[in-house]
Amino acid sequence: MIQFDRFELANGLKVLVHPDTTTPMAVVNILYNVGAKDENPEKTGFAHLFEHLMFGGSVNIPEYDEPLQRAGGENNAYTTNDLTNYYCQLPAENIETAFWLESDRMLSLAFSPKSLEVQRKVVCEEFKEHYINKPYGDAWHKMRTLAYTQHPYKWMTIGASLAHVEQATMEDVKDFFFQFYRPNNAILVVTGNVKTEDIKLLAEKWFGPIPAGVPYKRNLPQEPKQLKHKSLDVRADVPMDMLMMTWHMGGRFDASYHATDLLTEVLGGGASSRLYEQLIKVRQLFSSISCFHFGTIDPGLFVITGKLVKGISMSVAEKAVLEEVEKMKHEILDAKEVQKVINKTESMICFEDMSIMNRAQSLAFYELLGDAALMNEELAKYQTVTPAIIQSTAKTIFEDSNRNTLYYYSKTS
Amino acid sequence: MALDRTIAPNIKDAVDFDIQLKPCQKYVLDNGVEVYAFEGGAQEVMLMELVFFAGNSYETKNWVAPATNYLLKNGTSTKSAFEVNEAFEFYGAYLNRSCYNETATISLHSLTKHFAEVIPVVSELVADAVFPEKELDIYAKNQIQQLTLNLKKADFIANRFIDEYLFGIDHPYGKYSSEESYNQLTRDDLVNYYNKFYKEGKCIVFMAGQFPANIESILNKYIGTLPLNKKDIVLPAHQIVSATQKKYSVVNDPSSVQGSIRIARHFPNRHHPDFAPAQVLNNIFGGFFGSRLMSNIREDKGYTYGIHSYLQTHIQQTAWLVSTDAGKDVCTATVSEVYKEMAILRDELVDIEELNLVKNYMLGSLLGDVDGPFQIIGRWKSYILNGITEEYFYNTIHTVRTVQPEQIKDLANTYLKEEDFYELVVY
Repeated sequence: MIQFDRFELANGLKVLVHPDTTTPMAVVNILYNVGAKDENPEKTGFAHLFEHLMFGGSVNIPEYDEPLQRAGGENNAYTTNDLTNYYCQLPAENIETAFWLESDRMLSLAFSPKSLEVQRKVVCEEFKEHYINKPYGDAWHKMRTLAYTQHPYKWMTIGASLAHVEQATMEDVKDFFFQFYRPNNAILVVTGNVKTEDIKLLAEKWFGPIPAGVPYKRNLPQEPKQLKHKSLDVRADVPMDMLMMTWHMGGRFDASYHATDLLTEVLGGGASSRLYEQLIKVRQLFSSISCFHFGTIDPGLFVITGKLVKGISMSVAEKAVLEEVEKMKHEILDAKEVQKVINKTESMICFEDMSIMNRAQSLAFYELLGDAALMNEELAKYQTVTPAIIQSTAKTIFEDSNRNTLYYYSKTS
Repeated sequence: MALDRTIAPNIKDAVDFDIQLKPCQKYVLDNGVEVYAFEGGAQEVMLMELVFFAGNSYETKNWVAPATNYLLKNGTSTKSAFEVNEAFEFYGAYLNRSCYNETATISLHSLTKHFAEVIPVVSELVADAVFPEKELDIYAKNQIQQLTLNLKKADFIANRFIDEYLFGIDHPYGKYSSEESYNQLTRDDLVNYYNKFYKEGKCIVFMAGQFPANIESILNKYIGTLPLNKKDIVLPAHQIVSATQKKYSVVNDPSSVQGSIRIARHFPNRHHPDFAPAQVLNNIFGGFFGSRLMSNIREDKGYTYGIHSYLQTHIQQTAWLVSTDAGKDVCTATVSEVYKEMAILRDELVDIEELNLVKNYMLGSLLGDVDGPFQIIGRWKSYILNGITEEYFYNTIHTVRTVQPEQIKDLANTYLKEEDFYELVVY
């Protein structure tokens, strides 16, 4: 049970505090309610490029990292399709340094042309390192484009193409900042060796004077129901064939979310999971296989992907996966198997909650979903999932018309 | 009064923090196995790690040590691999194993309330792993495929080659796997290695988290009755054979858009007096986000997504490495910038402000690193396996606090000389 206090500043900034006196450290986490899904389709990769620019100096402070490091702190950030999250950890006694730095870059960035120029290059190198100069690096790009026709999940956070990042202008940067990086579009979470009353004073002092922005009304095109199986053949210089299948699933608020999560565990969680046992060990069709889902707020994708053992044909591999998937629809799971995946989930939650960093990020995420207290209700939700619910969820998801398949062939095999 | 945002809030210098390494408890099981335990943490979870002296330094045939470590959970005389996995996963426990150079480990992460249910299976793995032929076949086949994939990646190739140049292909720190090494593994190799280095091997146990009430008797029942620590296990001596050629350029994929750069030299182990102050120099050079390499090569020039330098943490002898992936057309420029930064550190005294920043950063992170039960036991484990005491912890802090610009410059003149470094670019 994670206890926390919550208050809101006049400018709309939501603040959550979770004190933990067993640590000498504190974490300051700011989540901005903007992700790659909020980008203009002609200017993708912007939310993520922005994450880089946030370290290029703010209006009153030329350098973000240096003063934080001087205070004994470390920081990082990440961008997803749904959100952008910044966090720093530092000795609790120096926490005001984090307030000073974070509030100044929320007030305004320095918008230095040099920073934009350099970070464009850095992001291009990141793009190359992860998505070009790597076997199968383009698979997700292709799968997203195949599976989504309307919803902005169709591009990756790094951007739909290098050109979008290369062409980013200072005007774009400023517009994006003043639209999204406002206190009423952010959630501040502080965890660690702190007192809520001190955090209130610090929050008022540093974030209170920042003007609110025009509230952002998200109105994203929703993905229509897919009516038939879609597939794409890819041939590339990779050492082995890969099969990637996705099915559309419910979003984070969907009643089936927890059952869907458990379904991925049944199929692909660990060495006692069904796909691992059947397809790697017993039938030896795949050399690796995994099953997971996007975990996104809007309807995401349920994924099964694996590399084929050399000599196994794509159609045999595909058929074998579909057989396992069919079993989920037609057979009711043993209560013990469901208990296993619930136990695993309980354990995962407990281990995740060990650090004040993870607790801060979870609180921020659940607050974004509507209420940080939801974090404490998660386990109970998993515990109500029954074999029958998993089966009916499988029936809904594993419709063949709902499937997208990438046949990624090795040119050499 | 209006808030002046140009003025930084006062800070307490991290060099003034009182950083303590919390003590751990030590006891000895009936069979002589030592247990080091740190109890604490808010969550009802725990970690048990069995460290065996079974790393690849002990193998006489390539890859027997990692394969034995990997496959020891793939079946016992009463359980199939699937049943072993399920025995852990049903209780939400995670069994991992890792093979290093001197040691190889079996670690168990478990909810405290289920520990007593899963430790018997750990005990079974140490006493009764059977290494089915079929499991070895699947392992070899899948590892070969994984290797084929990894060999497409420039960074993977670069990591293998740089270790080979430094230590030699026959040294535990320099060797690596090949298709041939997987194909030549036999079940007998694994069974013999297992019998000698696990079943009747030498073991130390590390525990952290919240423990069940009768933890000592549980450990004695399941670990203390095993035939461990009866025989002397001597670490074989391995000669380091370094490459004579210093500079390499390898083309792995002509269509590659980036190059993987590794620049490395030998460095002594933690017992050497230069090890602690060199950590400070390393941080200035390329050890953190605010380092000179990062500021120059990423933040100023945008040649790379990231560049880092670090000291390896081998037990006997280590190395000092610079590692980055850079755009193909700027690899040469990146390498020369690395050497330029070395030259500046040799020629100029580090500014006191910069040095203080690095000291604060290092001690602030150290404060965070010794926070939490798993982190604390991890540090104790490293000390015990390296044959150092908690004095080392406080001496290192003292060194970081007191090291002066002159000493940093001297160290740079000793260790950051271009001619001592191996240099490799894999495209």
